[in-house]
Amino acid sequence: MDYNLIVPYIPNLRRYARALVGDRDGADDLVQDTLERAVRKFHLWRPGDLRAWLFSIMHNVFVNQLKARKISPDVEIDETFAAPMSTVTSLDLQDLQRALGALAPEQREVVLLVALEDMSYADVSRALGIPMGTVMSRLSRGRERLRRAMSGEPARNGLKVVT
Amino acid sequence: MNEHDDAQLTALLKRHYDPVAIEPIPARMYLRSPRWIGFARGAALVLAGIAIGFGMYPYVRPVVAPKAEAAAVHPFAVRAARAHAMYTAEVRHPIEVRATEEHLVRWLSRRLNYNLKVPVLAEEGFELLGGRLLPGGDGGAVALFMYQDGSGKRLTLQVTRRAKAEQLTGFRFAKEGNVTVFYWIDRECGYALSGDLDRTALTRIATAVYKQLEQ
Repeated sequence: MDYNLIVPYIPNLRRYARALVGDRDGADDLVQDTLERAVRKFHLWRPGDLRAWLFSIMHNVFVNQLKARKISPDVEIDETFAAPMSTVTSLDLQDLQRALGALAPEQREVVLLVALEDMSYADVSRALGIPMGTVMSRLSRGRERLRRAMSGEPARNGLKVVT
Repeated sequence: MNEHDDAQLTALLKRHYDPVAIEPIPARMYLRSPRWIGFARGAALVLAGIAIGFGMYPYVRPVVAPKAEAAAVHPFAVRAARAHAMYTAEVRHPIEVRATEEHLVRWLSRRLNYNLKVPVLAEEGFELLGGRLLPGGDGGAVALFMYQDGSGKRLTLQVTRRAKAEQLTGFRFAKEGNVTVFYWIDRECGYALSGDLDRTALTRIATAVYKQLEQ
């Protein structure tokens, strides 16, 4: 096992985790747990896309953390709402974090991997273990929802199913 | 779905979260691995670096104005990016001394007063072209090694001695124009690997460089 190979990806993992979790400590805990798990599981990695592998580990750790906190991901079932166009140029980090928080975690993951890591649909599909079609639908719903949240619309209640 | 809006959203997310990637890495993230004892030393260096750098690098940067971002990039990385852009663009004289000349490494080692190692990047598809000597900060010297791949794409690795007052850093990224720089400063030297490559590709090569330097 060579931890040296993993180290250069720490900045990527931290950046993504910060956006995914929101607060610095929570995000760094997620990174730390991911790194420790990666070290334990390193023998399972076959030379290939190390980044996708690390992000898939982070995904598993993240899902476990959500379960442990008994937070159920929300699944949006009403997509008929027309989103107003918003210009999002002067928004501070807090607003952005709040808006990201309005996304279901599985939408947030897809939106952030594509935006921050420039991942292709295939990369995201591998990292999250979901079909490409699901990647695309979560991405477009996630982006729409993020735009709505940034334009200040309150999240709609009563339209969630708990999975 | 509007492509322009998507691009705008991506740019917004990058602008707010990219600075996290250049924050110093907390020492606890440098895990020990039994077969790689050298890293324990690295962790200690990073700890020292964090202690020294505490005053200079604010840990929480809530909103990032372009100014703050620029301030966080080490001047060494900025100089490296500029030298990279300047010399890789040279068609006929990118280097002073060719890689085939034995005295290249001896000469640069003598000028830096440090036994330089030149990483072999053949596995990454890059061959060493040669090197040159550049002025660094505070009268110091910088050794520049230039590599080229089969398609003519060029990389530079620049090495300079760390000034005593200079703080150590973990791995960091910087970008200047099209040039991406991956840099770090350890107890002896600062290293900057620059290329017109995306982060993932550059990270892979930097990993190979770091690995060879540690041996």
